[in-house]
Amino acid sequence: MTKISGNEHLFRYVLALADDALVLGQNLSEWCSRGPYLEEDLALANVALDYLGRARMFFEYAAQIEDKGRTEDDLAFLRDSREYRNYLLHELPRGDFAYTMARQLMVDVFSLEYLKALCKSTDETLSAIAQRTVKESEYHLRRSRTWVVRLGDGTEESHTRMQKAFDDLWGYSHELFEGDDSERALVAEGISVDSSTIRNEWDRVVNEVLSEATLKRPDEGWAIRGGRNGIHTESFGPMLAEMQYMQRAYPGLEW
Amino acid sequence: MGDTITLVPELLARRRARRNNSDCGELWSALDQVADPEIPVLSIWDLGVLHDVAREGNQVVVTITPTYSGCPAMDEISREIKGLLSREYGLDATVRLSLTPAWTTDLISPEGKQKLREYGIAPPPGRDATDRVVACPQCNSRDTECVSEFASTACKALYKCHSCGEPFDHFKCF
Repeated sequence: MTKISGNEHLFRYVLALADDALVLGQNLSEWCSRGPYLEEDLALANVALDYLGRARMFFEYAAQIEDKGRTEDDLAFLRDSREYRNYLLHELPRGDFAYTMARQLMVDVFSLEYLKALCKSTDETLSAIAQRTVKESEYHLRRSRTWVVRLGDGTEESHTRMQKAFDDLWGYSHELFEGDDSERALVAEGISVDSSTIRNEWDRVVNEVLSEATLKRPDEGWAIRGGRNGIHTESFGPMLAEMQYMQRAYPGLEW
Repeated sequence: MGDTITLVPELLARRRARRNNSDCGELWSALDQVADPEIPVLSIWDLGVLHDVAREGNQVVVTITPTYSGCPAMDEISREIKGLLSREYGLDATVRLSLTPAWTTDLISPEGKQKLREYGIAPPPGRDATDRVVACPQCNSRDTECVSEFASTACKALYKCHSCGEPFDHFKCF
């Protein structure tokens, strides 16, 4: 194996954060015009927009670090699935509303804690991006938390669907706390955040919400990993194809 | 009222100083014409987006701070700035997007908050404010309720007033 330089680690680290945000933003944007009612439709579209904006900042920074003439658009639209290193939880299809909200709760609690820690990054740009986006995640979490409680502690049907959503998604939560080589390599210099340190707070908040929602914490018996290594789920290819279609069909296209 | 001292957040004070001490005073004033495309009563100065105007050699560099991560207004604002400086001063300005210091609603000037209220948008409280009640911009009633955390744009929440019955936007505190 060839040795990876510090700069290469930084590039890979920032790019993975960009991939997480882009892929989730793309998935969420599918709700646009399909939300359960107008305000919720707008809210989900806004959250999707926050994630796409977040992705742009990370991609732009990644392109700058790489310094090989690739732009944020090249990184977003011209890489193949194995080059994407987002966590699998982010790429799963949106499913029903319960599924979307269960994922959002899991991601929002994680993002909020992660970004709080990233605010203290010794890397000025990462810290700046975190300071901006952490406030957005506060809002996202308030909403996903409200929905999980409302649906979990709702009707028999909403409760059943919310519980099923958490049961189906739970195994994808573990890799969030495992990071990758690049993340670990940058911890010592205070650039990156060590994801494993987020675990306790994540458990505490998620348990609190689940119990308020009268939901059961799912079994820990299974875990799926691979996102940070570029190994994806079945749904990822089609999603990427749809997202990249315009740039592939009309190379160099600008709005 | 005469005894009231308005406290100015530090970031806002520093930005004011930058403007007052700048050797590009005329350009700062000219840029007061550039408004936020989604809230046209608010100039980019009032909104706190205009961070700096400076000469670098023969170049004029305008630095703006994006509000929200996904705010689509930034491209529009950049175009407006370049267009205005080119039209009125024949300058080929560079617009730079800076992430530091991160924009917060504390950067909205007091005049900007007043303009928001007159426009029908409840302005954000200060980040450190203890009074978080969102008063109705129409009738000033404090008997209001949040309908949705997200409204017509990413920066606003939707409220309704129980006194006058009107719905209104609230610029969220960020």
